[in-house]
Amino acid sequence: MSGKGLILDKVSITLDGRVLVAVTHHVAPGEVLTLMGPSGSGKSTLLAYIGGFLDPAFKGTGRVIADGVELTGLKPEERHAGILFQDALLFPHMTVAGNLLFAMPPQVGPRAMRAAMAEAALEEVGMAGLGGRDPDTLSGGQKARVALARVLLSAPRTLLLDEPFSKLDAGLRQQMRVLVFSSARKKGLPTILVTHDEADAVAAGGPIIRIGEDQ
Amino acid sequence: MLARLGPPLAIVLLAGPILFGFFGTLLPALGYLPALGGTEISLAPARMLANEPGIMRSTMTSLAAGLASAAISLAVVALFIAGWSGTRSFARIQHLVSPLLSVPHAAAAFGLAFMIAPSGLLARLVSPGLTGWTRPPDLLIVHDPMGLTMIAGLVVKEIPFLFLMTLAALAQLRVAPTRAIAASLGYGRIAGFIFCLWPPLYRQIRLAVFAVIAFASSVVDVATILGPLTPPTLAVRLVEWMNDPELSMRFLASAGAMLQVAVTGIAILIWIVLERLGAAWRNRFARAGHRFRRDAPARMLGLGLMSLAAGIVIAGLGALAAWSVAGLWPFPDVMPRSVSLKSWAFTLPRIVAPLATTLIVGLIATLIALFLTILCLIREDETGRRGGRGAVWLLYLPLIVPQVAFLFGLQLLFLGGGAKANLPALILAHLIFVMPYVFLSLSDAWRAFDRRFDAVASGLGKTRWRALLRVRLPMLTRAIVTAGAVGFAVSVGQYLPTVLIGAGRLTTVTTEAVALASGGNRRVIGVYAFLQMVLPMAGFLVATAIPALVFRRFRAMRI
Repeated sequence: MSGKGLILDKVSITLDGRVLVAVTHHVAPGEVLTLMGPSGSGKSTLLAYIGGFLDPAFKGTGRVIADGVELTGLKPEERHAGILFQDALLFPHMTVAGNLLFAMPPQVGPRAMRAAMAEAALEEVGMAGLGGRDPDTLSGGQKARVALARVLLSAPRTLLLDEPFSKLDAGLRQQMRVLVFSSARKKGLPTILVTHDEADAVAAGGPIIRIGEDQ
Repeated sequence: MLARLGPPLAIVLLAGPILFGFFGTLLPALGYLPALGGTEISLAPARMLANEPGIMRSTMTSLAAGLASAAISLAVVALFIAGWSGTRSFARIQHLVSPLLSVPHAAAAFGLAFMIAPSGLLARLVSPGLTGWTRPPDLLIVHDPMGLTMIAGLVVKEIPFLFLMTLAALAQLRVAPTRAIAASLGYGRIAGFIFCLWPPLYRQIRLAVFAVIAFASSVVDVATILGPLTPPTLAVRLVEWMNDPELSMRFLASAGAMLQVAVTGIAILIWIVLERLGAAWRNRFARAGHRFRRDAPARMLGLGLMSLAAGIVIAGLGALAAWSVAGLWPFPDVMPRSVSLKSWAFTLPRIVAPLATTLIVGLIATLIALFLTILCLIREDETGRRGGRGAVWLLYLPLIVPQVAFLFGLQLLFLGGGAKANLPALILAHLIFVMPYVFLSLSDAWRAFDRRFDAVASGLGKTRWRALLRVRLPMLTRAIVTAGAVGFAVSVGQYLPTVLIGAGRLTTVTTEAVALASGGNRRVIGVYAFLQMVLPMAGFLVATAIPALVFRRFRAMRI
């Protein structure tokens, strides 16, 4: 089972023996697989399982393979599964540029080149020149953009989106959707989106799996 | 890996000395201490204790002081929080009371004495105008035989403690909606709070209340400064016996320590009965549907008592500072006639060594406590399990077992082998009392940390340790240094562990200050007690300054 993209091989998450999510799917590079379900259906646990931080209360089985590397069994920090949450979760004690530099792998160097890459990443999300700012002084939309730039700079194998648009205003939301999905496509990142918003799924334009609904 | 060592280390360091110390006290209490010639188990020490003159009276004073201090301070805190939480006055009083937690008991006790003594500031304020006194009246206010002044001294110090513990617990309840519901049903503010919010609140602060009872029934420093003299409280007499040059008195002291355990235990048992009665009483009123809508007088009383308690400590600290620089200050002048640095010049050379010991012991004990606490909390994250009730009891163990009960034994263990008083032993003794406060102070902030930051960091390819060092610890800087300041304040205030484990060779500012109590030189006491209160405050200043300075560029890191 090698090859590009993200392979979910008989992945299932159970809570006290009850199956919350069961997926087998191949997400191609740049493709977005959408997992739809009402809140409380446990859809986010799939992302936690892929990322390697599933709460011990849940039990996850099945293999996750990204770009030919089996992630399951690796430590979370070795999986390189970039994640975006509802909140931007920018580190409040680092500048915007500090957040980006922290995200870049150490192999990317020298220092001047790292700074240039951080600045370029900011430019890509329409935030050119704001590297010196305190994250807390940014607007909600700006924070979301920096969070996107941060995760892209960490050279992830896959992108995990946990309802990342739900806290944005309606106008901003569509902008961010376009930005996130086009970035994923451009970088060829297999992406999984978890949401309860139909509009997200439509914008993602990929296959949709629905869970936690009565048949 | 390292974190795995945290919980066992904490258990060994907390429970170990308490357990060994307790048995080290119990055996001599039963006559067994070969080093002093006691080779047989006997009841001789107990008999000796029973024959001590006034032992019953000492015992009853301790019991009464424990219960009364806890009851009064809890009542004031409950009345105030019930009547005022969520108001502006509440916030104002909160700012006034919170810093008082860091004031060592001894300093607060001296401050109170300087206020209410016959020649104290209060008498001067109304003399000779209202009273006609031109010389201090011959009244026994400080050291009164009933121990009322001692109870007052304990109450004013336990109020900030219980208040802050209650505030922490309050944050976890849905206060505003509950108050709205109670009000919409027509209940008065206090009644609504007591009926709806107090039961879950009290459950969370119960161990803290037990700690207050245990502390107040076995306190030594406050009782030495303010308590009755003929006879003193049980704990004060125990320490006198323990420090008696006649070594055989240690059998008596150990037997007395066991009596102290019984006294504190009985006080807590009586309290548990009172809890039941109080709950039944509350439920009866609740079921009867009394609304208690006209509670304005009760609310004013709560505010008044709370302000009085805070005000008298603050004024007392001011009086201490004034006395330390007073030149001539005859009665009934409210202000000294001249200001002089003589007391400071006289005292400073002798205070260097105790001051250094205070700082070294406080800083090292605090650092160890912080390190252990963080290891335990990391372990808690790793296993996804909290310690549960057992861990909470373990944390409170050093605060609920009377100090004399295990410190006597520890002293015999540490020093019995002829070893001299040494810093590591003293630091360990302080750590026992510093650790619980550091843990209680840091754990809430640690547990409230948004775990998604960890997920983000590991998604960015950061190892757990790197995420800890670069993300979590920096983000929790404020909570960590505040917990450190709390720990340092606790260490500075420790009297009994320092007296017993330091064995007179290692002294701190606190032990020196209490030793001056009987001498009555107000200027020198002022210097020592002033330093005693300044040290913890300096700790909190540093704790505020560090994050403000390091993270001055980052808005979300302020406050």
